[in-house]
Amino acid sequence: MDPIGFLADPLAFRFMQYGLVAALLVGVLCAVMGTFVVLKGLAFIGDAVSHATFPGLVIAYLVGAPLYIGGAIAAVLVSIAIGVVSRRGRLRFDTSVGVLFAGSFAFGILLFSTIKNYVADLIGYLIGNVLGIGIGDLAQLAILGAIVLAVVLFLRKELLFATFDPMGAAASGLPVAALEYLLLALLGVTIVVSIQAVGIIMVVAMLVTPAATAQLIVVRFGQMMVVASVLAATAAVIGLYASFYLNVASGASIVLVETLFFVIALVFGPRTGLLSRTPGRRSALA
Amino acid sequence: MRTDAAFGATTRPLVARGSDVSLEGVSVGYGQRPALTDVSLTVRPGSLLAVIGPNGAGKSTLLKLIAGLLKPWSGSVTVLGGPPGSAARRVAYLPQAEAVDWEFPVTVEEVVAMGRYGRLGIGRQPGAVDRERVQAALETVGMADAAGRQIGALSGGQRRRVFLARALAAEPDLYLLDEPVTGVDARTQEDLMDVLEAEARNGKTVIATTHDLICAAQRFHQAAFVNGRLVAQGPADLVLDQRLLSETYGGHVLILPGDGGRLVLDDAHHHDQAPGGEPHYHDEAR
Repeated sequence: MDPIGFLADPLAFRFMQYGLVAALLVGVLCAVMGTFVVLKGLAFIGDAVSHATFPGLVIAYLVGAPLYIGGAIAAVLVSIAIGVVSRRGRLRFDTSVGVLFAGSFAFGILLFSTIKNYVADLIGYLIGNVLGIGIGDLAQLAILGAIVLAVVLFLRKELLFATFDPMGAAASGLPVAALEYLLLALLGVTIVVSIQAVGIIMVVAMLVTPAATAQLIVVRFGQMMVVASVLAATAAVIGLYASFYLNVASGASIVLVETLFFVIALVFGPRTGLLSRTPGRRSALA
Repeated sequence: MRTDAAFGATTRPLVARGSDVSLEGVSVGYGQRPALTDVSLTVRPGSLLAVIGPNGAGKSTLLKLIAGLLKPWSGSVTVLGGPPGSAARRVAYLPQAEAVDWEFPVTVEEVVAMGRYGRLGIGRQPGAVDRERVQAALETVGMADAAGRQIGALSGGQRRRVFLARALAAEPDLYLLDEPVTGVDARTQEDLMDVLEAEARNGKTVIATTHDLICAAQRFHQAAFVNGRLVAQGPADLVLDQRLLSETYGGHVLILPGDGGRLVLDDAHHHDQAPGGEPHYHDEAR
């Protein structure tokens, strides 16, 4: 097969066109928000919010409401509950998160199991189906994604300062608490709109892996976002074509390509590369 | 912004400021645990004040209180003529080195530029004047050559130089510095203290916590002794007063005769895990 045909043939299918656009949008959106997730250590929270949306998705499905709305409501309710429990219960924050997200997820599965005819669709929610996205979903994804990216771009210097040095930023007059809530809200939106494409279980990989890979390669915050986005977009394209030609799951293919990039950066990366011969900081301090 | 507007703070008449910082009967703490009780303190413009005391004495708490990062339980705090935080753009806060994520993808230049963010306002990007200030601050601390390096690649002394440059770039009237000369070599300590002395001569107020009693006695104008309360405030040479030191450090300090008094402190960082009251001494204060 000729190379042009190899790339163009799958795009004759509408589901591949929509799927490719959706995978690129989700990939870039998750990569940008993932930069904050990685630098602020929010990976576990991201995973938790993603699982916590499940009962909301199921209820929205049952009553015929938009899935995004149901997922978002569930995510917000569980986030508030986590805050209350960790404050009142004198538990470590990650313990409260662990208890509540697992509980919420179990509730979602329980609800889902009552729908006898649709149990087979459970897997769709869990691992996603980027090739099943319709034009309506795609439009919502594009609009919400554009809003998130525009906010991050407008507040990039404030978000950088507040993420790097919250105390110093607050002392210089930046509204650090408000920025923190805003960041969590943007993360929540990102997760909810990404679930349909990559599924509840693998959203966290889309958030963490490209950003973590970028951190191994570059030394500037802005560069980290750009490199993470480029890696995520490349992985979306390669993963989707692999899924088409090899007839394997699309979300898993994209995540595995991202993981492969990470391993390559870990081994050959200029900053922490295992094969890098530059004397590292640790040996310099020792 | 015109260039001379950026120098407004420097040309402000000193007579307009009676005291830069004033605390009256202030108590503050974390959760249920008090950290400082009934502290009254006045700092005049142009002062170079060292805050000394053992670990956990409330030195950092005092700085956070003045920076507006902590709300007092009782008493009143006035900073630059208003409540803490009301004049945030005229205050520069330097966090302890342990509070900083040194793996963060940010360069020396970017860190120093953060000093300008409070002045710029939300959503506005740095301009020519800001870049000029950043460059001047980097030159003042002797770090202009390292502008493009990632902060984690610097030595301990260079890291403190960069954060002091960030404070300088903010062109503040009040410096709140948490251990600016801890863990740095003698040369860096001299350089940084020279910079702070010059700022104080220009009417700026400097409040810095330190574990280095020799430095406090020799390079600062004033000293505040803190140990859960304000033990004393007075001229910096009081730091060598055996009675005050015993009261502040609870007897765990010893001045050896000769050399103008060599200090032996039983309160270095790495003894946090040591059983309370167990006697052990160091050869040198550092």
